[in-house]
Amino acid sequence: MTSTLTPVRKRSALTKGQLPKYAPYVVLGVALVLGAAILALIGFNAFGWGVVSAILFAAGLVGWSAAVEGSRKAKDKLATCLVVGAFLVALLPLISVIWTVMVNGIPGLLNPGFLGTSMNGVTGVFDNRAAEGTGPVIGGIYHALIGTLQITLLATVISVPVGLLTAIYLVEYGNDRPLARAITFFVDVMTGIPSIVAGLFAAAFFFAVVGPGTKTGAVAAVALSVLMIPVVVRSSEEMLKIVPNELREAAYALGVRKWRTILKVVIPTAISGIASGVTLAIARVIGETAPILVTAGFATSINNNVFGGWMASLPTFIYTQILNPTSPSNPDPSSQRAWGAALVLIILVMLLNLGARLIARVFAPKTGRR
Amino acid sequence: MTTTSLTSSRGAGRAGDKVFSGAALTAGCLILAVLFGVALFLVIQAIPAFTAPAADIQGGEGFFAYIWPIVIGTLIAAIIALAIATPVSIGVALFISHFAPRGLASGLGYVIDLLAAIPSVVYGAWGAAFLAPQISPAYGWLAANMGWLPIFQGPASATGKTILTAGIVLSVMVIPIITSLSREIFLQTPKLHEEAALALGATRWEMIKMSVLPFARPGIISAVMLGLGRALGETMAVALVLSSGALTASLIQSGNQTIAAEIALNFPEASGLKVSTLIAAGLVLFVITLAVNMIARWIISRHKEFSGAN
Repeated sequence: MTSTLTPVRKRSALTKGQLPKYAPYVVLGVALVLGAAILALIGFNAFGWGVVSAILFAAGLVGWSAAVEGSRKAKDKLATCLVVGAFLVALLPLISVIWTVMVNGIPGLLNPGFLGTSMNGVTGVFDNRAAEGTGPVIGGIYHALIGTLQITLLATVISVPVGLLTAIYLVEYGNDRPLARAITFFVDVMTGIPSIVAGLFAAAFFFAVVGPGTKTGAVAAVALSVLMIPVVVRSSEEMLKIVPNELREAAYALGVRKWRTILKVVIPTAISGIASGVTLAIARVIGETAPILVTAGFATSINNNVFGGWMASLPTFIYTQILNPTSPSNPDPSSQRAWGAALVLIILVMLLNLGARLIARVFAPKTGRR
Repeated sequence: MTTTSLTSSRGAGRAGDKVFSGAALTAGCLILAVLFGVALFLVIQAIPAFTAPAADIQGGEGFFAYIWPIVIGTLIAAIIALAIATPVSIGVALFISHFAPRGLASGLGYVIDLLAAIPSVVYGAWGAAFLAPQISPAYGWLAANMGWLPIFQGPASATGKTILTAGIVLSVMVIPIITSLSREIFLQTPKLHEEAALALGATRWEMIKMSVLPFARPGIISAVMLGLGRALGETMAVALVLSSGALTASLIQSGNQTIAAEIALNFPEASGLKVSTLIAAGLVLFVITLAVNMIARWIISRHKEFSGAN
């Protein structure tokens, strides 16, 4: 008596007019195969394969969507493809730069004595011999490392107190007075000073005060401070601003003086953010080339005195080794040294960036007893 | 009863307050003094270049004949950089703020920040050693097929060390700046606007077009202006990548020069009047970037009043 109804499977009205879930994968597979086929006709290379496949993928997915889902959904798919494509395009140079520096830099870094010797006495004769394969690539970056560390350290010693105190003035004493507003505005302006102009300023200042042609590590440190101070001010200001007012009021209520409150309550609460901001500022200036180029000159030997004599630094070392190779007829040993130095510089900057994140996490103020 | 101990203030505390607030004030004023000093010392050192007889300046036709080709060159490089960087950065910022899975977003933002962390001299070296040789066949193709456009006029540079390559390297350096600023602004879009658009049946792209982009337009403009400030002043990418020369309209021949690269290439060996000329060129660059940055800040501050949750 009971007649069994065989259910007729049909697509629900809600999912009608939609691409199936697997659509992107199918289109991607087809695009990759087609791309490889097209590239095989005109000569295969990985970069061209990626570009052609990406274009085919976007065209295929958008076309299919337009046929099934209508123009609105198709436009949405097109925008998604473009946005994801923009992100991938932005990643290309990052990967390419890091790859180039690794491939070219590791042989330079592995040269014996690369980190421990200077370029003192290294002449084109040695480089010609190295290029002919009858001698090792000698010379290293010890003098440049010393210079970079000393110049950056001096710049930090100048900028951190000035920057931090300014941030304290802006947050704790400024009260939106005209002076505070002027300082905020000009700090913003300072952020935009081109690095080479900061270098020229330091050079012009020391030329006028000490004497024409004064080029030492200290001049470079002043130039870097001009670039570093606004960064320190902005990051410390942000950090001091987010310290809850209740902490300050509690301290005042206990009769603590304002300066003791700032030193013992406000700064310890914000110290993790301030320290990571300072580390990021150091990472920003340690790679600056142009200001050091016009203020510290070039040196090939070790100079331990920041206040006298020309000084080398890692960025200017890279720059001069590439533009003026030690041996003009055989630039390969020089470019090997330059890439080695670039690798060291990138590692330094990445370590500083990582350090900043670590500081921010480890020294973050403890929140309650949960 | 004599004076109460509450109103009498003595001891180290009061002096400490004075010293501390004084130090903070001094530091603030020092920054103003430094900026004033930047302008003052640049002007003092640059004056000889303006007053010297025209024949003594490099090129022999006075300072302005010397400066205007490199000002144009600077603008060309910066405009190429922005033309590439602006759409890419807005796309990347949208990807991070509205397209990427929530868990990935902050990590992806960090990856883009890494682009900013790489020192400019490394970008310059990469542009000269890797990008220029790779891209020169494309210039040959452009010269052969699009040569009727003045900007692609042949013969193309065989080394690829042209102003277009320099502009591409500059755009890579500008992308993280525009991206991080626009991302901040996209994230500030009122959530209610977005949800209202989606609830009315808008697709994601329509939602972005109707609620996110109109809200963020002033922010994007100022982010692009700040990127322009960076591109104008960037030195190393141009100094290492471009084989400089006289001002030419073609972007794929060697030629053109920017102010910053001109200073970096010549300052170390300069002396006498040449130093003044270069410092005067730096002053011109300072004024240009200052104007660009101030316009950008003005747009931001005007925008601030009606941003936020409204």
